[in-house]
Amino acid sequence: MMRLFSEWYWPLDGWIVLAGILCAVSASLIGNFLVLRRMSLLGDAISHAILPGLAIAFLWSASRSGWPVFVAAVAVGILTAFLSQLIHRQGRVDEGAAMGVVFTTLFAAGLLLINHSAKYVDLDPSCVLYGAIEFTPLDQVQFLELSIPRVVLVLSAVAVVNLLFVTLLFKELQITTFAPELAKTMGIPGGLIHYSLMALVAVTAVAAFESVGSILVVAMFIVPPAAALLITDRLSRVIFVSTLIGAAGATLGHVMAIAVPPWFGFRSASTAGMMAVAVGFLFLGACLLGPRHGLLVNAYRFGINRLEIAFEDIIAFLYRRGERAPQQYYRMIEISEQLKQSAWFLRLALWVNRRKGLVQSFSEGLKLTPLGTQRAQEVVRSHRLWETYLAEELSMPTERLHDAAEDLEHFTDKELRTKLGEAVSAQEDPHGTPIPPE
Amino acid sequence: MTKLTNSSLQNASKDSDGLPLSVEHLTVSFHRKPVLWDVSFRAEPGKLIGVIGPNGAGKSTLFKAIMDLIPKTDGKVHVFGKPFATNRRRVGYVPQRESVDWDFPISALDVVSMGLYPEIGWFRRVKREHRQRAMSSLERLGISDLANRQINELSGGQQQRTFLARALVQNADLYLLDEPFSAVDAATEAVIVNVLRELRDAGKTVLVIHHDLQTVTDYFDSVLLLNMRVVAFGETADVFQAENLQKTYGGMLTLFDEATEAMRHRRKA
Repeated sequence: MMRLFSEWYWPLDGWIVLAGILCAVSASLIGNFLVLRRMSLLGDAISHAILPGLAIAFLWSASRSGWPVFVAAVAVGILTAFLSQLIHRQGRVDEGAAMGVVFTTLFAAGLLLINHSAKYVDLDPSCVLYGAIEFTPLDQVQFLELSIPRVVLVLSAVAVVNLLFVTLLFKELQITTFAPELAKTMGIPGGLIHYSLMALVAVTAVAAFESVGSILVVAMFIVPPAAALLITDRLSRVIFVSTLIGAAGATLGHVMAIAVPPWFGFRSASTAGMMAVAVGFLFLGACLLGPRHGLLVNAYRFGINRLEIAFEDIIAFLYRRGERAPQQYYRMIEISEQLKQSAWFLRLALWVNRRKGLVQSFSEGLKLTPLGTQRAQEVVRSHRLWETYLAEELSMPTERLHDAAEDLEHFTDKELRTKLGEAVSAQEDPHGTPIPPE
Repeated sequence: MTKLTNSSLQNASKDSDGLPLSVEHLTVSFHRKPVLWDVSFRAEPGKLIGVIGPNGAGKSTLFKAIMDLIPKTDGKVHVFGKPFATNRRRVGYVPQRESVDWDFPISALDVVSMGLYPEIGWFRRVKREHRQRAMSSLERLGISDLANRQINELSGGQQQRTFLARALVQNADLYLLDEPFSAVDAATEAVIVNVLRELRDAGKTVLVIHHDLQTVTDYFDSVLLLNMRVVAFGETADVFQAENLQKTYGGMLTLFDEATEAMRHRRKA
């Protein structure tokens, strides 16, 4: 850590991080719509396919920057989206396969052209693929009397354009993504919005290719939105959170690029690569901790649910025993043997549900409170109603009734019990025990 | 069958100015295979119309062709006497539930607000006034308490109510509902039927793709029996009877199918 602080040099590292953040934010902003439109692969395809556009622009203008580069890239980007659609529709080829055909062909053509043009232009094919974010501060331009790295200036412009696109056209993007047919019936031009989106994907990919490279920009298009979708469930928040994740990933990536390699005895690692790794880690975090579909949250819900069911089994057991022999207290060992559940699990179920005031614990054992008796009666009534119903209506064999009812009783509310009560005719369950009143 | 079709054709060719919906000789094909064949009918104002037919009969295709969502091979559709594009804001549409991405990050209220997008216009935001109107539309369907739920957290019935609420907020005059009763509970079905009757009584025209033959006579004033062609169209009492149903659902189309299949192969060759 100390090493990080001693090596961190703001005039250099500050610009590198800023370039990374701008790139991540630009890409995440529009990447949300690629992910939601199930077009993640098209983002990948376009960022590869712009390569021949770049190569032609290099050859034409003999420079790595300027308008021709953007124009050419956008043209090829839209061409990719268009050709993929055309092959998909006309050739009746699967959409993914159509994209695969188009972008690999264009990408290969681009590589050939770049290898050729590299003789004339100062251009390194590996830079196009992997980026050269570490060199960001070297190429500075004057802007409003400030000396700013050219990459930062370009990426800022793209970030602003993307931000305007997403905020001004929020409604239109939302409806054409969520309900394209409805949008069409309303006269909202889905095609125009689709191709504008594709054009911006191409612009962002071009702007980003110098810093993170055309391969890693795909990570920034897809991973932050995918992670944000696990965290929140409103489109505006998903977009906001995705930019935060992108920015955090970019920052973390550079820190990791400086701090991590020495652990393994290397001097430093590619910042762009680390940025992709970092957003990958953040995605993993969202997978585990996300409140919507996070694995830990799901495991927690599952556990709480099982404890809830175990608790209901305990009070139902106490109630049933009370019916036959109104003995006052029951020991946990006894309950555990009867319910075939370990005692510690049942104790945990009691502890989790302790505030409900349904069960009292004494030195002699457990006992239902009056409220507990009422609740237990509902569970037992559900159980016996189900047994009767399954026997009467579905003619289920008697030996299978108990297990089926044992599951169903935990998911039966008052409304359902009333309906069951109306549906069954018997006053006793198939085992001859009376069904308690509501 | 031919008698009914012919008479409806003659009706359709008369002046149909201002009628909520008039479909004339509509033919739609996918990859040269006809899905709708020479369909003609006219819907009057203040009618609740059931569109009935087996799977693959072209019911959804009919709706989509009416709204220019898919190209017509032949024929004309007029909505209130004009092409659909001119009067699109007078049409409300509820798509089939299978076509919806239920995982999309959107709340029930946001879905309903979408019905107001044409009115709000480009670049503008959804304002409080719009949200309030969306809310009262949800209220009309009895689910305003669920406004902030993500749509996947709603039951099938609540989801259908949400989409109907979206169509209602558009305040359209012609409604096209694609299976609004699929996957709904009895309570929801009753609520939806009530709303549809209110619309009808307010002079609107409602076309409903429907599968439950038991409830047809109870729900609809008119029915359109469809199986690629119009088998019959008219007042429910006149049209909804065994012979027509047999024609709609029975194996009467096999010869026709064979002919179109043969046509398709010859064109390909």
